Amino acid sequence: MTSADTHRTIDAVWRIESPRIIAGIARMVHDLGLAEELAQDALVAALEQWPASGIPDNPGAWLTAAAKHRAIDHFRRNKRLEKKHQELRHQHEGQQRVPDYDSALDDEIGDDLLRLVFTACHPVLSSEARVALTLRLLGGLTTAEIARAYLIPEATVAQRIVRAKRTLTENRVPFEVPRGEELASRLSPVLEVIYLIFNEGYTATAGSDWTRPALCEEALRLGRILAELVPKEPEVHGIVALMEIQASRSRARVSVSGEPILILDQNRALWDQLLIQRGLAGLERAQKLGGVHGTYTLQAAIAACHARALAAEETDWERIAALYAELAHLMPSPIVDLNRAVAIAMAFGPQAGLALVDQLALEPALQSYHLLPSVRGDLLTKLGRFGEAHGEFERAAALTRNARERQLLLERAEHAHAEQNRR
Amino acid sequence: MRFLMMVKAPENSGPPPKELMDAMGKLADEAMKSGEMIETGGLAPTAAGSRVRLAGGKITVTDGPFTEAKEVFGGYAVFELKSKEEAIERTRRFMELHEKYWPGWEGETEVRQMFSMTQQAATR
Repeated sequence: MTSADTHRTIDAVWRIESPRIIAGIARMVHDLGLAEELAQDALVAALEQWPASGIPDNPGAWLTAAAKHRAIDHFRRNKRLEKKHQELRHQHEGQQRVPDYDSALDDEIGDDLLRLVFTACHPVLSSEARVALTLRLLGGLTTAEIARAYLIPEATVAQRIVRAKRTLTENRVPFEVPRGEELASRLSPVLEVIYLIFNEGYTATAGSDWTRPALCEEALRLGRILAELVPKEPEVHGIVALMEIQASRSRARVSVSGEPILILDQNRALWDQLLIQRGLAGLERAQKLGGVHGTYTLQAAIAACHARALAAEETDWERIAALYAELAHLMPSPIVDLNRAVAIAMAFGPQAGLALVDQLALEPALQSYHLLPSVRGDLLTKLGRFGEAHGEFERAAALTRNARERQLLLERAEHAHAEQNRR
Repeated sequence: MRFLMMVKAPENSGPPPKELMDAMGKLADEAMKSGEMIETGGLAPTAAGSRVRLAGGKITVTDGPFTEAKEVFGGYAVFELKSKEEAIERTRRFMELHEKYWPGWEGETEVRQMFSMTQQAATR
C-alpha cells in the first residue's frame, strides 16, 4: 500500500469513526471544542504512524484509544496545574475526584451522537455556525470540503467553526440531550440545519452548477442517522422522506449539458426508485406516528404525489393544492402560497392560478424572489399573453443568482418574445 | 457515491454459524444507524434461480442449481458513501467477521460503484 493509499484509507476511517470519537470524548471533557481538538490529535498520530506501521486491525478502536489517552493526559496536566495552584495557596482540601473515564467512553453510543447533534445545533449559535459545525463534527468534513461546498474561503469556514466552539464554551452549553417537552422544540433547529444543507445542495443558490450532490448526500446521511436516534419523532421521518423523494429526481432534473429540467418535463424512468420506495415508507412511518400535520411530513406528502405519478399527466394536482393549503395554514409563507398557486393552476387552469399569483405580487418578501415573475411568466404563456410573459421571464432572469437558471429563464423570455412576434 | 457490494462463496459452504449471523446483524445495524446502508438482502439458493443467456442469436434458459460455478452470489448491500476507500473499509469489516466467526470460509465481495446523483455531476 503506497503512502497516498494509506492516507485515503485513513480519511475513510476518520469519516466513519470521528463523530463517535468526538462525542465520546466530549462527554469526558464536557467541552465540544476541546473534544474535537483531542480527536484531531489522534488523527494526526495516525497520519504519522500508520504509513510506517501499517493500518491496525481495528482502526476505529486505535483512534478512540489514542484520543482517550490524550484526554487523560489533558486531565493530568490540568490536575498537576491545579495541584500546583493549591500548593501555592497551601490549600490541600477539596481535591476533585477523577471521574471514571473508561466507563464514560463505553456508555451508550447513540446517546453520545445525539448529544453531539443537539450541541452542534444549539439555539445560541447562528444558523451558519450550526451548519458549519454539524458538517464538521457529524459529517466528518474538513474545513476545505465545507468551503468548497459553499463556495466560500476556507478561512471563513475555519473562523466560523472556531467562533462557534467558543460561543458554546462561553455560554456553558451542556453536552446533553434535551429531555421531555424540550426535545421537540430543540429538534426543530436540528431539522432546519439538515434541510438547509440539503437545499443548498439541491438548488444551489449561487455558483455555476445547478446542484451540488455531495451536500444532498450529506444531509440525507445526517437525516437517516437522526431517524435511527429518535425513531419516535414523526417529523424526523418526514424530513428524511422529503429529502429522499426529492433526491430521487436528481438524475432527471439536470440535462447532460447541465441545464435544469422542470419536474413535468423530466424523464421519470431516471427517477431513483430505491430512494422513492424509502421515501414513501418513511412518509408512512411519519404519518403513523401522528405527523400528518407536521410541516416536513406535509411537504413529503406533496413530493410523494409527484413520485407516485408514473406520467406527468397523472399527477394529482387537486390533492397537491389541498396539501399546500394545509401547509400555508400551518406555516404561513408567501413562498408556500406561490406553490399553491402553481398547483391550483395545474388543477383548475392557469387563470385560477394567476389570480392567486397576482395577489402575491405586492408581497414585500417576494419582491426580489425570482420564482414569482418566473411562475407568472409561465401562467401568462399558457394564457397566450406572450408580451407580458416576456417581461416577467426577463425580470426573473435578472433576479436569480444561479447562472444555469438565468440561462433557462432567458431562453423562456426569448421564446415568449418570438411567439408574440409571430402573431 | 452509491456502491453495490455483492458477496460470493462456494454454495456448499453450509449455513453460517449463529455467531456470524449475530455479528453481521450488529454490523448491518450500525451501518443503518450511520445512515450509509440504504438497502441489503440475501439471495435464495441457486436451485431456486435460473440463467437466461443470449448467445449466437439464441436465448437459452437454464434452471439452477449452478453446480459448475465455483462461487455464487449469496447477498448484497447498497451503500451511500463518500469514497471508494470508505466502501472498501466497510467491506473489509464485513469480511473480517467471516474470518473471525467462520474459520476456513473463503469467498469474495465484489464492490461496484453505481450510477447515482454524484455520478451525474462527475461525468459532466
